[in-house]
Amino acid sequence: MTALAVACDRVDVRFTTERGTVTALHEVSLDVEDGAFLTMLGPSGCGKSTLLRVVADLIEPSKGALRVLGRSPREARSKREIGFVFQDSALLAWRSVLANVELPLEVGGGASIAGHTASPRELLELVGLKGWEDAYPHELSGGMRQRVAIARALVTRPRLLLMDEPFGALDEITRDRLNEELLRVWEQTRTTILFVTHSLYEAAFLGQKVLMLAANPGRVREIVPIDLPYPRRLALRETPEFVRLVARLRAVLETC
Amino acid sequence: MATRSSALARPTAFVADAEADARFTARKNRLMWRRRLLPLAAAILLIALWQFTVVFFEIRPFIAPSPLAVAYTLVDRFGILMQNLLPTAIEAFLGFLIGNFAAIALATAFVHNKTVEEAFFPIVVLINTIPVVAKAPILVLLMGNGIEPKVAIAALICFFPTLVNMTRGLTAVNPQALELMRVLSASDREIFWKLRVYNSLPYLFSALKIAASTSVIGAIVAEWIGTTTGIGALIIEATYKFDSPMLYATVFVGASFSVAFFFLITVIERLVVKWEPQAVH
Ligand SMILES: Nc1ncnc2c1ncn2[C@@H]1O[C@H](COP(=O)(O)OP(=O)(O)OP(=O)(O)O)[C@@H](O)[C@H]1O
Ligand SMILES: [Mg+2]
Repeated sequence: MTALAVACDRVDVRFTTERGTVTALHEVSLDVEDGAFLTMLGPSGCGKSTLLRVVADLIEPSKGALRVLGRSPREARSKREIGFVFQDSALLAWRSVLANVELPLEVGGGASIAGHTASPRELLELVGLKGWEDAYPHELSGGMRQRVAIARALVTRPRLLLMDEPFGALDEITRDRLNEELLRVWEQTRTTILFVTHSLYEAAFLGQKVLMLAANPGRVREIVPIDLPYPRRLALRETPEFVRLVARLRAVLETC
Repeated sequence: MATRSSALARPTAFVADAEADARFTARKNRLMWRRRLLPLAAAILLIALWQFTVVFFEIRPFIAPSPLAVAYTLVDRFGILMQNLLPTAIEAFLGFLIGNFAAIALATAFVHNKTVEEAFFPIVVLINTIPVVAKAPILVLLMGNGIEPKVAIAALICFFPTLVNMTRGLTAVNPQALELMRVLSASDREIFWKLRVYNSLPYLFSALKIAASTSVIGAIVAEWIGTTTGIGALIIEATYKFDSPMLYATVFVGASFSVAFFFLITVIERLVVKWEPQAVH
């Protein structure tokens, strides 16, 4: 069997509402290799979130075949192999930072995968929040909350991490720092990452490839490889190669 | 407590600035005292004005008593006031427990089963539109002259706000938190106990704070109909006798009990709902 984290074959997703049927995704075919870092760009409403949500088994495809880590999305989800980070950190306000990170181990039969889970304290250290274990979410800044959400998503050692504009609500400086930290986390955990963003810079800086989606209906426009070596540092963004790549992404995005 | 530095804090960035801490605490204390003393000063002023008006315009005692007369009655007839507060307090407290418990149970049923909500919610709304003063005689006829109709009225009056707030609190969860629970394959039971229940607690406590004072009102109104003990009965009796100092003293005792009950709930809320950033009190 090939080492594919996600294999999408002509996947359609349709939503039926009172105002008629919306085709959010149309004939999306996509292979993501195990351990890859794929970023996703596209105009608003082109189905980026929808794609992550079918992969996570939060919605079902209307048509087409979808395999996640060689299994059906449902199996992958119930085996706790998928981590999800939302734009809003979705931390539980009544739980301390540590208890929030431990949540995935407490629900959905999380105890059954004990033994191959990560240590919540070590993960908090990995995301730079050592010393904040007992703080409550309302005591944290937006950036710190997203770090907790990342640690929480990693606690089951998922082989696939889905991130839907995780840094979208943060200021630029915090976002830059978290971008670098996310690359470090990726290098250490070797988990596959699908990362949705609206920032061309973020897409090019993080990903090995950028998946460009077009809207109405949502479909794959192009997959742009980013041939820049890792580890990447923020200074990379000043280099001519990087600037050229971003210009290319912008040009493609204009046709989406 | 150490001050935590702001947004971009590196790990373990606990900056100890004793001077800033001291300034912050001093300012907080000043604000707190201001908040406590200002209403007190205003109250004293108003009572003084009341005393002055009664004396100056020679208002007769059966129309309105002077605050001094009320204070005298409070001390003089303290025993009888307390004797009558006890049944009212018991009725209010029992009604509070029963009404809120029923509301929480029904809200839980609503969340688990939409059909139950659709079937019962309109009926609940309809019953709620009947004023207490109209419900009271009906319940007295149904349940007799004992403690039961008073407890029932107190329970009924608590029921509705708690039902509405609790249903809201159990359902109005962050949609992304709900999606997260689904990604984690959490069961409905886990979603209920780990997400919905906690989410509902702040909503529940705002309803309980309302219920703390309305349950006392319910018990008093119920006592207006055919009882010889309780704050409500004492109010009727004092009015009938034109004993205005006693009337005012009784009202004062009833209100004080309401306030004490309210504060009790506030204290419990602060112990339970620790996660919400709290305003300076
Ligand atoms: N639950 C739903 N019911 C009905 N329509 C939906 C639903 N979710 C998404 N859609 C529709 O599907 C399309 C794609 O939505 P999606 O949220 O995936 O876009 P997106 O690319 O993530 O947009 P954005 O960048 O604004 O987040 C939109 O037209 C949206 O209206
Ligand atoms: Mg989206």
